Amino acid sequence: MTSTTAPARVGTAAVSTRPVRAARRRFSAWTVRSWGVAWLFLAPALIIFAAFKFVPMVRAINMSFFEVRPYLGDRWVGWDNYHQVLTDPAFINAIQNTVVLAVLQTGGSVLLGLVLALLLEGGARHLWFVRTAAFLPVVTAIAVVAEVWRILYFPAADGTVNSILGWIGLGPSQFLSSEDSSMASVIAVGIWRQAPYDMMIILAGLAGVNRDLYEASAVDGAGTLRRLWHVTFPALRPVFAILFILAAIRSLRIFVEIYLLTNGGPNGSTDVMMTLIFRIGLERNELGIASAGTVVLLLATMTLTAAVILARRRRA
Amino acid sequence: MTMRQTDTALGLGARNGPVAVLIKIVLYGAVVMVFAGPLLMLLVSAFRKVPNATRLSLIPSDLTLHNFAVAIDRDVLLYLMNSFIVVGGGLLLQVAVSVSAAYALARKQFPGLRLVLLLILSTMMLPEEILAVPLSLVLADVPVVHVNLIGSLAGMIIPVGAWGFSILVMTEFMKEIPVELEESARLDGAGDLRIFWSVVLPLCRPALGVIGIFGFTNIWDQYVLPLLVANNSSQFTLPLALRTLRSDENVGLGVLLAAALLALLPSIVAFIAMQRQFMNGLTSGAIKG
Repeated sequence: MTSTTAPARVGTAAVSTRPVRAARRRFSAWTVRSWGVAWLFLAPALIIFAAFKFVPMVRAINMSFFEVRPYLGDRWVGWDNYHQVLTDPAFINAIQNTVVLAVLQTGGSVLLGLVLALLLEGGARHLWFVRTAAFLPVVTAIAVVAEVWRILYFPAADGTVNSILGWIGLGPSQFLSSEDSSMASVIAVGIWRQAPYDMMIILAGLAGVNRDLYEASAVDGAGTLRRLWHVTFPALRPVFAILFILAAIRSLRIFVEIYLLTNGGPNGSTDVMMTLIFRIGLERNELGIASAGTVVLLLATMTLTAAVILARRRRA
Repeated sequence: MTMRQTDTALGLGARNGPVAVLIKIVLYGAVVMVFAGPLLMLLVSAFRKVPNATRLSLIPSDLTLHNFAVAIDRDVLLYLMNSFIVVGGGLLLQVAVSVSAAYALARKQFPGLRLVLLLILSTMMLPEEILAVPLSLVLADVPVVHVNLIGSLAGMIIPVGAWGFSILVMTEFMKEIPVELEESARLDGAGDLRIFWSVVLPLCRPALGVIGIFGFTNIWDQYVLPLLVANNSSQFTLPLALRTLRSDENVGLGVLLAAALLALLPSIVAFIAMQRQFMNGLTSGAIKG
């Protein structure tokens, strides 16, 4: 890309010394100059993307077909790495956990986000305050979220969440420390951080619902529930579609929360694709297998992203 | 202000009987407690003399700055400084790169425009998390220039310099600016750089707010990139350092809570100060893309 812009730039310098109007009359020279300027303005973004997005992507694809051996030379292994990713019990466990997490966290946060949005819709000042307070988890650094919840989840009977559960006669739970409750605990933190975001998007969707339809349904004698079902939800359908897919994409790559909350434990019960890839690639240095996992995750993300684009097309 | 039952989906604003108001207060209170409560507990407990290891509290008692003093002993100010360097440098670079790219995308017709847009969109599918393994190799040996960014804050700054979201939000905004001003500037003999700097950029101020606040919270939240780049604690950003501060035999949780609070405040303050811009960006980013 840079090599093709270089000649255009040389040409530009020559043309730009002429008066602008002369350049405009000479249409082709002016056009070429304009192209050169465009590429020049784009260059910083494209160079950074090339170095830190596209080169790593290509390297992942390339390495996924090799057994990577530093200093010894890489050994071509064909589809072996992919075979291992799709058959190894640790990977199958991680894929299952990723899917469970993606489905429950996405569903839970959209549902809770909807409830919050319906509850907090309106222009009143106190509603604005409640919405702002509820939104704070979204802008809190994920590392802070993880540390706070590690403490809240303290697995003794007098831990913070256990105390609250105790008031309503539940618990105490081991939360992150037990295989039985670790996944649910991780999902709950994810929902806590994601639901307010979904709420804001749904609120924007609610603001766009035609108020005349509400009036009309009131005139027709429909109650609030019927109105919700027949007017509000259908109007929100495209918002839900996009929220679901965006949240699913985010859940596929979930890493930092789990890395800090449980690092995949106890006993692999919260291990997801990214924590496993991270461990295999960066701690055990098996780059080929980690790359195959990366490519699988990339393909899943691309499929879902294509779904977003289609959903948006249909709406437009 | 009178609310009508048809103003909102549930029409809650119109229900003002004593029971309805009581229920609303309880519900709103529960929402605030569930979502802001844990962060408030962090705020209060960070100032308590001996924060209980098992239980955070909302009740301020035995207040002290001791935790922060110990935290400073444990290099928390260094981590905070690293965080500010990364967020400052990263944001400056990101905004400059975004407006520059957006100017080309919104104002220029050239062969390959659609391809470039597609490439920028596709970078949103390539987050640091997924690329972590190959990215760590690239950071150790940047292609073409062969520079090793591992162990330097530059390695946390340069890769965040280009962000698809910022570029696309900026491009959409620039397309809305009437082109007449630029044309008259061009007739007066102004070049592209001049037009970009003194005509387009001043008109973009609202969008600069949007990409500024999004960039800030996004870079502040960065974890994977610092994790890949830092090779010893002197390069830790504050979020990255939290894990190593988890427990301290002298003050228990105090250091962690003080450091976590310092990692929390900048993003919260930035969000509250620029809430309007944040919400604008949120809806334009998610709905329009």
